[in-house]
Amino acid sequence: MSDFNRTDLIEISYLVAAICFIFGLKMLGNPTTARRGNQLAAVGMGVATIATLFTVGFKTTNIILILVAIAIGAAISWYAAKAVAMTAMPQMVAIFNGMGGATVALVSVAQFTGHGEFMPRGDVISVVLGTIIGSISFTGSIIAFLKLQELLSGRAIVYGGQQIVNAVLGIAIIVLAGILIVQLHTDTSNALLLVMFALALAIGALVVLPIGGADMPVVIAILNSLTGLAAAITGFELDNQALIVAGALVGASGSFLTLLMARAMNRSVTNVLFGAFGSSAAAGAGAAGAGEAKPIRETTADDVGILLAYAQKVIIVPGYGLAVAQAQHAVRELADTLKERGVDVKYAIHPVAGRMPGHMNVLLAEANVPYDDLFEMDDINNEFAQTDVALVIGANDVVNPAARNDTTSPIYGMPILNVDQARNVVVLKRSMRAGFAGIENDLFHEPQTSMLFGDAKDSLVKLKAAVDAA
Amino acid sequence: MDGALSQEFMLGVYVFLLAIFLGVELIGKVPATLHTPLMSGTNAIHGIVMLGAMLVLGFADEWWLQVVGFVAVILGAANVFGGFVVTDRMLEMFKRRPSAGGGSKR
Repeated sequence: MSDFNRTDLIEISYLVAAICFIFGLKMLGNPTTARRGNQLAAVGMGVATIATLFTVGFKTTNIILILVAIAIGAAISWYAAKAVAMTAMPQMVAIFNGMGGATVALVSVAQFTGHGEFMPRGDVISVVLGTIIGSISFTGSIIAFLKLQELLSGRAIVYGGQQIVNAVLGIAIIVLAGILIVQLHTDTSNALLLVMFALALAIGALVVLPIGGADMPVVIAILNSLTGLAAAITGFELDNQALIVAGALVGASGSFLTLLMARAMNRSVTNVLFGAFGSSAAAGAGAAGAGEAKPIRETTADDVGILLAYAQKVIIVPGYGLAVAQAQHAVRELADTLKERGVDVKYAIHPVAGRMPGHMNVLLAEANVPYDDLFEMDDINNEFAQTDVALVIGANDVVNPAARNDTTSPIYGMPILNVDQARNVVVLKRSMRAGFAGIENDLFHEPQTSMLFGDAKDSLVKLKAAVDAA
Repeated sequence: MDGALSQEFMLGVYVFLLAIFLGVELIGKVPATLHTPLMSGTNAIHGIVMLGAMLVLGFADEWWLQVVGFVAVILGAANVFGGFVVTDRMLEMFKRRPSAGGGSKR
């Protein structure tokens, strides 16, 4: 064997990158090593990227174009990623995922239209799958982004004949894919591929549109794993092992993560995609209208302050509303004040508190809440019955007893925090508006519940003052 | 090409399958706390498709392939850089115990 040539070195770099991804992913699974794991994966990506630049046969002008393109993409996303608020993290992940999907689709289309003439059938299959999955991932992610950013209604968007339109589109895509794979490259196949590309873009958007905002985390997880799968398929197209390994790793871990999340919300993945949220949103809205007649008990910060100051045990239940009000620091200060008085303070974190599993942990970590004060649902649910005050801050659906009792509720069956078992429940809320899922909450009408209306941050600052004065 | 399944293709399939099993194994016992960063981190890793876009652009011999490749590399790079930076920002905040905080008992 002679000396290593350039191609060998590139292949070895890809191997190094794959090892970095594997160890990086492993380290991402543990809080103490997670950050270094992410950095290791980034190093792997850097190695693979630099190696690719030296591919034999690249034209010099094209190499310059590559560098310019990377610089543009990096600059835009770097800025966006640094500037985005922690509350907007889920939609940021969605948009970056969509860009990956778009990349796969463009690469597949370019490979076929540019070099399709003598393409073996295996590669045509990869191209077709890459185009379809990449496109769906792209437009699906864009819709998820728009919903989470509230540029589109978070409620399910439903119109007549929706299922039929989707079915027709789906069948058309499958037929086109079949034709392309059977006849390989002919005069018409570029046009067919482009039509299929357009239809796949349309169906990605149409499938996500009717899914309610509360299910978006699961949708993003699915789309994330789809993009991984599509990346692996692209690897087959280009005979690139690095893409196959990294794509398959993400496809698999993403699917598994989807199942974990769906389980946390007690929703099956099929139910999320084709399910009930859409149809029952109307019922939920009707209930909300009827609910306004039910009594609520409004309270003041001073009253709650005294209640808290003389409690033995307080459990704080933070929700997305807390994050929107940027009240993470205010809640920690209140908790510190209570602890100084000897009150036992814990945080109960629902698996989908915030807008994605683990999102609330990130938000509270940002405010320096020590993470051993945070308790997951299963660990703390038995403690509510011995709790004097459950302080619900901007959370709604995750404490809605309808999930336990009301079989007609769209969230029926979702595990919830047993807040209603506490002796006193104080709900900090801006108004009586329904939650993200658009469902009325009976907790607010329970006799032990009192409502403290107002901006969460203002209310918490007032509460702290009231506790200090007590 | 003789037969649809070249040896290279089949090797790719093996690699693909093994990586699938590995992917599930690696994140089998992840605490819910890390679900969001993990999703974001894996999201960055599939930005590897940027390499595919680089290969398209690198070998492009017609202007329109250059245009498509150029756009694809921009999007891929955005996926990679944005993904890793966002994940790093999230994980930066995972600290066991802040120096400022008072003594909270377990």
